[in-house]
Amino acid sequence: MTDPIFIERLPAAGDEWIDRDQRLCFSFEGRCHRAYAGDTVSSALWGNGVRLLGRSFKYHRPRGVYSMCGHDANVMLEDGETPNIRGDTTLVEDGMELTAVNTVGSLRHDLAGLNDRMSGFLPVGFYYKAFHTPSWMFPNWERMIRGIAGLGKVNPAAEWKPSPKGYDACDVLIVGGGPSGMAAALAAGRAGGRVVLVEDTRCLGGSLCYAGATAPESAATVNSMRDELEKLENVEVRLNTSVRGCYSENWLAFIGPGGLTKMRATAVVVATGAYEQPAVFRHNDLPGVMLGTAAQRLVHLYRVKPMQRALVLVGNDYGYGVALDLKAAGVEIAAVADFRETIGKGELVHDVKTAGIEILAGQGVYEARPAGGLVGIKGARVCPVNSAGTGLSTSATNVNCDGIVMATGWAPAGDLIGQAGGRLDYVPEAAQFRPGELPPGMFAAGRVNGVFGVDARLEDGEHAGGQAAAFAAGKEVPARRRPADEITAPSYPYPIIKHPKGKAFVDFDEDVQVKDIVNAVKEGYDSVELVKRYATVGMGPSQGKISNLNSSRVLATATGQAVGAVGYTTFRPFTRPTTIGELAGRRFHPDRRTPIHSRHQAAGAVFMHAGAWLRPEYYGPLVRHQAIVREVQAVRRRAGVIDVGTLGKIDVCGADAAEFLERMYTGRFSDLKLGKCRYALMCDESGVVADDGMSARLGDDRFYVTTTSSGSAAIVREMKRWAIIWGLEVTIIDHTGQFGALNLAGPESRRILGRLTDLDIGADSFEYLGFRQAVVAGVNCRLMRVGFVGELGYELHVPAQHAAVLWDAVVEAGQPEEIMPFGVEAQRLLRMEKGHQIIGQDTDALTTPLEAGLAWAVKMAKPFFIGQRSLKIIAPRPNVRSLAGFVMHDSTVMPAECHLVVDGDEICGRVTSIARSPTLGQVIGMAYMRPDQTIPGTVIDICVEGRLVQAEVVKLPFYDPSNERQKS
Amino acid sequence: MKIMTCPVNGPRPLQEFVYGGDLTEMPCPDQATDEQWAAYVFERDGAPGLHKEWWYHAPSGVWFIAERDTGTDEICRTYLYND
Repeated sequence: MTDPIFIERLPAAGDEWIDRDQRLCFSFEGRCHRAYAGDTVSSALWGNGVRLLGRSFKYHRPRGVYSMCGHDANVMLEDGETPNIRGDTTLVEDGMELTAVNTVGSLRHDLAGLNDRMSGFLPVGFYYKAFHTPSWMFPNWERMIRGIAGLGKVNPAAEWKPSPKGYDACDVLIVGGGPSGMAAALAAGRAGGRVVLVEDTRCLGGSLCYAGATAPESAATVNSMRDELEKLENVEVRLNTSVRGCYSENWLAFIGPGGLTKMRATAVVVATGAYEQPAVFRHNDLPGVMLGTAAQRLVHLYRVKPMQRALVLVGNDYGYGVALDLKAAGVEIAAVADFRETIGKGELVHDVKTAGIEILAGQGVYEARPAGGLVGIKGARVCPVNSAGTGLSTSATNVNCDGIVMATGWAPAGDLIGQAGGRLDYVPEAAQFRPGELPPGMFAAGRVNGVFGVDARLEDGEHAGGQAAAFAAGKEVPARRRPADEITAPSYPYPIIKHPKGKAFVDFDEDVQVKDIVNAVKEGYDSVELVKRYATVGMGPSQGKISNLNSSRVLATATGQAVGAVGYTTFRPFTRPTTIGELAGRRFHPDRRTPIHSRHQAAGAVFMHAGAWLRPEYYGPLVRHQAIVREVQAVRRRAGVIDVGTLGKIDVCGADAAEFLERMYTGRFSDLKLGKCRYALMCDESGVVADDGMSARLGDDRFYVTTTSSGSAAIVREMKRWAIIWGLEVTIIDHTGQFGALNLAGPESRRILGRLTDLDIGADSFEYLGFRQAVVAGVNCRLMRVGFVGELGYELHVPAQHAAVLWDAVVEAGQPEEIMPFGVEAQRLLRMEKGHQIIGQDTDALTTPLEAGLAWAVKMAKPFFIGQRSLKIIAPRPNVRSLAGFVMHDSTVMPAECHLVVDGDEICGRVTSIARSPTLGQVIGMAYMRPDQTIPGTVIDICVEGRLVQAEVVKLPFYDPSNERQKS
Repeated sequence: MKIMTCPVNGPRPLQEFVYGGDLTEMPCPDQATDEQWAAYVFERDGAPGLHKEWWYHAPSGVWFIAERDTGTDEICRTYLYND
C-alpha cells in the first residue's frame, strides 16, 4: 500500500476543532489519507488537496465542499454498511474505508458523467414526459429508472444496531447553541425551571466558532457564556444533537448520541441561525466554488487553506470579513466582487481597502471557468450586473483564481417555526424572510430572527429566553422587540445571473438549473409548491436549505411577482435526513399473558400472537399437525382443557341492566332466568355482526357477559358510551384482566369436575346453558355449561390470582382420564366440526347475521336493539351471500382461507375456515357462497392459485347434528 | 403530540385517547324513513370546520365530547355528554 496522503495544515489556532496529537488513517476511493482527530471526511480530503469529493445526482457533475455544515448533499459516502454518510459533517474514524455513492465505475471515471453532456436532452419534467408511453414499456422504464434513482446502497446484511428512544420534558427548550441560544439559555436558566439546550455540532458557540474577522473577540464571549452555563444546575446542554421535527404543542423530536428523544417543552426558543445562500451563475457548482461560511469553517475549525487564489463574491459587508479571513490564512485575494453598486462604509470594507484588495463594485460572476474535466476551476468571468439578474457578458473580464467564495445572503433556518404552524414574512428591505407570527410558547432569537450583529444577537437571545421562561412559568410574557442591528440588509435581493449556455444551478441536490424553473413556469407550474414537485427543486437530501430562496426569487421574476407573494414551500419534518433505524428504537411489543401462562410453558406449549395476547397454539413436543390431532381426539374421546382467559369478561349491573343488554345485544335477556346463560350476539348500527359471547344472569340487576378475545376493549368502550347516551342506570365493570378462565370439555369432563366441587353437577341439575357460582378446587368460581367445541363442557371463571391453581387442580383431577391441555388450533378445528362461527374469521366488516346463519340469535320482535332498524331494511331483500359448510372429496389440493368460491366468471364468496378433520377423516370448511348454492349436495368451484377444485356443500354442523353430546 | 383536556382527568397526551366518531343524535328508529336512517348510519359531514366528536380517555374509561376544528386541529372545548 502507498503512503497515506497528507498535507500539513495552517498553524495551530486556539479554537480549532482538530486534535493535532491524534493522527488517523482512512481510505477514500481506494486511496489512503491521513487526518487529524476531529476532522470531518470533507475537511480531511480537502485539506489533502482532493477536490473531487462526489458526483451530483442527475448529471454526475464533479462536486466538492459547498457548505461544510450538513447541506453538501453531493458529498455522500458509504462504507459497505451505512449508506449516504455525509462527508461535510461526519467525523473521520481510524480505518474507515469510504467510497462515493452514485457513481458508475469510480468517482473519477464515472461513466454516468455522460449525462452532463446529454443535459440538453434531459429537460425539466423529462421523466414525467418520456417514460409513460407506450404503456407496455413501462415495466422496463421502471426497472431502468429504479436503477438510476436513489443514492447509496442499502446492505441488507448489515449488522443491526440498537437505537434507543427516550421521552423527556422541560420548561424551556432552546434549539441552537450559538450566541443567541446561549444567551437565551442563561436568561431562562436564571429564571429557574428546567432548561435544555440542544446544539447539533460538537460545541457551543455556533457561528462564533468560525467568525474570524467578522466577529473579533468572539472566542472570549463564547467561553465566558459557556462557563456561566455550566454553573447553572438547572440547565442541561446536549451537544451533537439535532432537532428533527417540531410537532403539536411544542413536542419536539431530536436525535443525539443517546438516540431519539421526544421532548415536551412548555416553551421553545428557536435559535437555529441562518443558512448562507449561494449565488447562481454558470458552473457555480464546481469544486472550488463555495459559501463564505464554508471557507471560514475550513480555515478556522479545521485549519485548511481552502484555495490558493480566491475571488470573493459578496452582497453584504459580511463577505468582506470572509475576504480578510482568507487573506489571513494565506490565500491570495484576486478581488472582491460586490453585487452592490454602492458598497458599504463599515469597518470590514475599510479593512479590505486598507489591505489593498481590489473591490469590483456593482459586479457579479458571469461564469466560472472550469479546469480540466470540470474538477475545479481556473478562473471567473466578472461582469457588471443589474438587479434583474442580467449580466453583461460583452464587458466581462477574466479573473484568474482556483476558488470563488460567495457571501451574498442568508435564509433563516425557520424549519421548526414553519412546522409548528408559524409564519415567515418576506422583509424587502432585508431581502429575506423573517419570523412573523409565532405559535404560542415559541420564541425566536438571533439570525433566524433576522438579527445579525453579535451584540444584537446576545440581546435578542436574552430577551427571548426571558419571554420563554415567563411563558413556562405562566407569567405575563414581555412584548417582542427587535434589537438595534448594525447589518441591516445582509442579503442581496437577486444574486442570480442568467447564462445562455445554462449550467447555472439553483439546486445542487437535484441539479435544477435556472432555466428549469423558468421552463416549469412556462408549462404552467407557476406556484412555489408546483415548481418544487415538477422541477424537483428542494426535494433532495438537503431539502432546499440552500436552494429554496433562490428558487422563489427565480419564480418571482418569471411570474412578475414579489418574492413575498411567491412565498416558500411548506416546512415538514424532518429537518435533517433521518434513518428509519433512528426512529425505530428498540423493538418493544408488550404481550399480554394470561395468569396460566407459566403452566403452558411447562407443558411445552408453542405460543402464537392473538391480538395483544400470547396463547398456546398447540402443545409439543409433537409436530404441529400431529399435536393438533392428538388434542382434538382427547377432547372428542376423553377430556381436554383450554385457557380461555383472553375472553372479554364484563359485569353489567344496575336497575336497568336487563334493559341495557336488550338494547346492546340482538337476543332477549329480560326473560333470562337466574342460573342460566345464553348466547349473546351484537351488531353495529348498520346491522353488521360486531361481536358475540355468553351472557349469564347473576341476579335481578346483574349480568356477567363475555366477549371475543379481540373485541373486549372495544365492546367495553361501546357499552359505556351507549349507557351514557341512553341515560340508563347501569354500571359496566371490565373484569377482562382480573379474571382467568378455562374451558373443561369432553365426555369425561363431568366426572373430572365432580372430583373438585361439592356442587351438584348431575346432567339434570346443572343442565346445558346453566350458570352456577360455586367453590371449585377451593376457589370461588363462576361456572357456565357451554358447548363451543361441541362436547359436554364447562367454562370456569375465577379471579386471576387463582386461575393457575384451578388449572393445576383440573389437570391433576383429570389424570385418570388422561386429560390433555389443548390449544387455539385444536379449538378452532373442534368448533368448526360443530359448525360454530368465529366472529371476525367467519364474518367480515359487511356480514349480517342473516348471511352468517345467525338469524336464530336475532329477536326482531324486540322494541329496539343496536342494528335492528338497519336489519329491518336489509331483511326483506334476498341475501347476496350465505355461509355454508362444505367437504372436499379430493383433498390432494387444499384450499386456504380466503380462496374464492367462483362460478364461471362470477365471484360468489370465499372460504372462511378450512381444516383436515381428524374426527370426520376428511377436509371440511365453511365458505360464503350464493344462497342458491347452499343447498346440500351442490358442487362449488374454489379457485386455488389459478386452479379450480370442487367441493360439495353439506349441511352444518358436520359433527353431532342432534346436539346430543354437548347437551349430554 | 397534541394534548387534550379530559373533563375528568385534565390535560393528557393524545396517545391516551380514543376517537369515537362524530356526535350524531340517533333519529327515532320507528319514525325515521329508510333514507333518514341510512343517512344517520352512514353519512357524516367531513368538511373542515367545527365538529362535535366523541372521545374516550382509555386509562380511566371516561367518554366525553370534544368540539374540534378539523380545519386547524384546534380542540376548542371538552365536556361530558350530559353537561
